[in-house]
Amino acid sequence: MIRIDSVTKRYPDGTVAVDRLSLEIPDRSITVLVGPSGCGKTTTLRMINRMVEPTEGTILLDGEDVQRQPVTTLRRSMGYVIQNAGLFQHRTIADNIATVPRMLGWGKQRARERAAELMERVGLDASLAKRYPYQLSGGQQQRVGVARALAADPPVLLMDEPFSAVDPVVRKGLQDELLRIQDELGKTIVFVTHDIDEAIKLGTMVAVLREGGRLAQYAPPAELLSNPADSFVEDFLGADRGIRRLSFFTSDALELTTDAVVPAGAPDAPLTTAETPYLLVTDAEGRPLGWRERGSAGDADRLLPYGRPFRPGTDSLRAALDCAVLSPTGWAVAVDADGRVTGVVSQQTIGEAIRAAHTQAETDAAPARGEDEKVAG
Amino acid sequence: MNVLNFVQAFFSDGAHWHGYDGIPTRFLEHVRYAALALAIAAAIGLPVGLLTGHTGRGGNAIAFVANAARALPSFGLLVLAVLLIGFGLLPVMIPLVVLAVPPILVTTYEAVRTVDPAPVDAARGMGMRESRILFRVEVPVALPLILSGLRSAAIQIVSTATIAAYVSLGGLGRYIIDGLYQRNYEKVVGGATLVALLALVTLALFWAVGRLAVSPGVRRR
Repeated sequence: MIRIDSVTKRYPDGTVAVDRLSLEIPDRSITVLVGPSGCGKTTTLRMINRMVEPTEGTILLDGEDVQRQPVTTLRRSMGYVIQNAGLFQHRTIADNIATVPRMLGWGKQRARERAAELMERVGLDASLAKRYPYQLSGGQQQRVGVARALAADPPVLLMDEPFSAVDPVVRKGLQDELLRIQDELGKTIVFVTHDIDEAIKLGTMVAVLREGGRLAQYAPPAELLSNPADSFVEDFLGADRGIRRLSFFTSDALELTTDAVVPAGAPDAPLTTAETPYLLVTDAEGRPLGWRERGSAGDADRLLPYGRPFRPGTDSLRAALDCAVLSPTGWAVAVDADGRVTGVVSQQTIGEAIRAAHTQAETDAAPARGEDEKVAG
Repeated sequence: MNVLNFVQAFFSDGAHWHGYDGIPTRFLEHVRYAALALAIAAAIGLPVGLLTGHTGRGGNAIAFVANAARALPSFGLLVLAVLLIGFGLLPVMIPLVVLAVPPILVTTYEAVRTVDPAPVDAARGMGMRESRILFRVEVPVALPLILSGLRSAAIQIVSTATIAAYVSLGGLGRYIIDGLYQRNYEKVVGGATLVALLALVTLALFWAVGRLAVSPGVRRR
């Protein structure tokens, strides 16, 4: 565990970058430091591997003061990933990844095998091993950066805005990849970002810092969205935190109806519980084709698009609501893993599920919150 | 008679190819002066440039020293050196080294200082020692620029080493100075042609070193 204990960083000109910050960073999880520029999040990260020395306070790594360890030994025990990857442009991709193993005295062959193994792990094609950084895209370079940090299998990974410089699509891919790698490797990751969505997506715990390097709130992302500590955190989370919080609620409790689902060519189903003027038409396999109005059976050309379906259980309530909002009929289509329709659900039903989930979360959070405050205090 | 005729006459005269005043001897003497001066200048300019570039400190001092050195006239410096320490190789080396240090020093400093800070930060963060950062991360990337500094220094030395002949040393300057004294313009043009040739050889040599020493990842080819 990394324990940051009332750490202050004051520069000679009097600027306070970090102000009496205390955090307990749990093992084998992703802890995100997030905040606006100038909030000291990068400074905090860089104090962990002593790229910046604190003015006051201590940082303990597994109970041992990092100040007491030789700086190179300390840094070699922590992976370090920065924005734009910071690859060595005169070295091949394989040599870049093998940097720390080689520094630790590994043989050439072993380091090369390790590099190949890591390229596979971060989703890089083996054919890139002999290439140079300038021949790779920004996203690929960042993957190399992550592989290089993981090369000597350090227990701790420090990541300083690693995905900020790539476009949103690539960034999403890298985030998903990081979560997958974390599932496999279980590192203690400290991740700095200014992007609250990234923080909420990746973080097991999220520390929101404010200008002047003070801690505004330290909580799991769902807790952050439901109970922002003050107006600063609330503003920082943005206007649609209610919607985003739905990402943490599962959609498997939604009541689906199959009354309004008919195979292509079939006559209208009788009006029962599903009081919709529309019917979802499926093909022979049970996959959705589109919505048709009641009374227009057989007129295949007049199907309305069904939008994007969601998968109950896998997708969150947010995804289900999004599908319903996007659908021209106001009903979301639920499918199984093979894309076969398992039912449809109305915005109204989703709304009821959201209210139920909120009530459930309040009752669950009430005792838990007390403990969180103790940890963060 | 035009210049080309002079050149032809000079190189076709068999007497210019033998003995202590022959082309091979003078050429090698010239190469030796130039190489020695470049080695001394590099021994001064490279370490200082690398260190100041790495730390990013002392840039103003370097600019001051370099400009001051550039303002010194080589020939004047040679005469002064001879007056102070007498004839020999040393007084010739002084103006050549003074001439060559500024381009080496300034480009090395700039080359290392302007290396992308991100890889340096990454290297430091993964626990690389400063000396290793300088030689394994910064220098390989700064190498093309460092070589260009050495190259312009070498070219300047090659052309200026002709002044060695003024203080009764050898080298290709011998032909130019003796030729002028004897009003033998064939000799003057021949000597100048050889100096130009040596400058071209120097360029070719640096090009080859660049091809061999600079990583394809830095050359981007």
